[in-house]
Amino acid sequence: MIDFLQRLVDGVSLGAIYALIALGYTMVYGVLQLINFAHGDVFMLGAMMGWYASSVWTSESRDPSIAGALAVTLFSMLVCATVGLLIERLAYRPLRGSPRLNALITAIGVSFFLEYGGQLLFGPNPRAFGVLPHRPSSVVAGISIGYVDLVTILTSVVLMIVLQRIVFHTRIGTAMRAVSWNPSVAALMGVNIDLVISFTFGLGSLLAAVAGILYASKYPSVHPLMGLMPGLKAFVAAVLGGIGNVPGAMLGGLLLGLAEQLVSGYTSSSWRDAVAFGILILILLVKPSGLLGRGAAEKV
Amino acid sequence: MAEPLLELHALDVHYGAIHALRGISILVGQGEIVSLIGANGAGKTTTLRAVSGMLRPSAGQIRYEGAPIAGLKPHRLVARGLCHAPEGRGIFPNLTVRENLLLGAFLRRDAQGIARDMQKGFKLFPILEERAAQMAGTLSGGEQQMLSIARALMSRPRLLLLDEPSLGLAPTVVETIFTIVQEINKQGVTILLVEQNAHLALQIANHGYVLETGTVVQTGTGTELLRSPEIRKAYLGE
Repeated sequence: MIDFLQRLVDGVSLGAIYALIALGYTMVYGVLQLINFAHGDVFMLGAMMGWYASSVWTSESRDPSIAGALAVTLFSMLVCATVGLLIERLAYRPLRGSPRLNALITAIGVSFFLEYGGQLLFGPNPRAFGVLPHRPSSVVAGISIGYVDLVTILTSVVLMIVLQRIVFHTRIGTAMRAVSWNPSVAALMGVNIDLVISFTFGLGSLLAAVAGILYASKYPSVHPLMGLMPGLKAFVAAVLGGIGNVPGAMLGGLLLGLAEQLVSGYTSSSWRDAVAFGILILILLVKPSGLLGRGAAEKV
Repeated sequence: MAEPLLELHALDVHYGAIHALRGISILVGQGEIVSLIGANGAGKTTTLRAVSGMLRPSAGQIRYEGAPIAGLKPHRLVARGLCHAPEGRGIFPNLTVRENLLLGAFLRRDAQGIARDMQKGFKLFPILEERAAQMAGTLSGGEQQMLSIARALMSRPRLLLLDEPSLGLAPTVVETIFTIVQEINKQGVTILLVEQNAHLALQIANHGYVLETGTVVQTGTGTELLRSPEIRKAYLGE
């Protein structure tokens, strides 16, 4: 039983990171019907910027402080949001109105650009990542919760609540939902479509940056190709929850994280990735609109 | 004729290779109701789309309040009091009725004025108040049309473009909607109306334009067009 609960906690922690990344995929898909395959690399960039900032701001010898970790994360969020906006402006906006395949191929191109640009500047080797302070694990009823996991879960919950408020209770959030339904009618209401799309990229990139910092703290290393697998997993999570659906991305991420941890705990960790992509195939066969998606006729 | 609020002069619109509007000229006077009638594909909706900035005309001029507006983006025109309630109702089924209405007031910052206008909208269409918290997708066709009009009014338009408000509605609902369109006009909103129901559209119109394959083939006051033998034959089923 303890074993099972332990894996649940690990799964929730991993799932929270998948969910944060998946939200960026799903929101961009919502407003543009584009799978932004560069999103996993924005996540990588978040971790990498965290590494740069912490190597400048904090000394090797001292344990990082909470305030330092916050400053590093904010810096990384800022850089990622800027890069997200630039990607949209320079790579995707000129292709608006052209066939969706063109934008998809461009997304893959942007992804390669970030991955190999990262290798050029950062070097291909992993580097140790230490942005969060070192604290002992907490033990609750026999289950050990690592400090990083605790921070991951708490941060993700707070961010998702904030995001939920933004999407469902603010003017810009209403505009996002309107654009995702019908951009041209939203424009007739006075909504500036370009602004909403930029905002969506910025918002998704902010979440990816935080996810990058958390993920790199968990493993704890950073390298230019680290966005590849988590990016794909988060894409699976977004499809599982229903692409375009914000609560769906949260649910999908959580379920995928749980599935991976349970499978690697009870069978072998080499099955982990197979299960994740097995879920993708299964959901595409059985319910392509995803768990919370409501079919092609209705999307959030 | 009243001072023109909207002037289309020799307007051409292409959809790719298709020449949808061929040199259309239309005048809409301040405070008037002007109706565009014609068969499917005559270019009525295209005309509205060009005016509201959804389409960029390939030639010709559009002047609104005396200034050229062709090629401006829709959200800029909404800010200037030109609002287009699109055909097929164009409501957001994934948003509540209230959210739909608030979206109509997207560019306004005066919370009190918005609340007052929402009450006005509820007065015109009481059913919308009952359904305010419901998803707009659950409304009936007539209710969606009412929402579309009420939402357009939330931007406080000076010129309202209405596309096929009677489409697919039961005759009694159509009458309600046309009565309200006249009411809105009496409150000072100029209306450019596109309608398949030529009889109703001409009855309430100061001026009418008959479109055929992208050109204006006949124009006159509403009454003149209603009396015209060709119109009676072609559009009023006599």
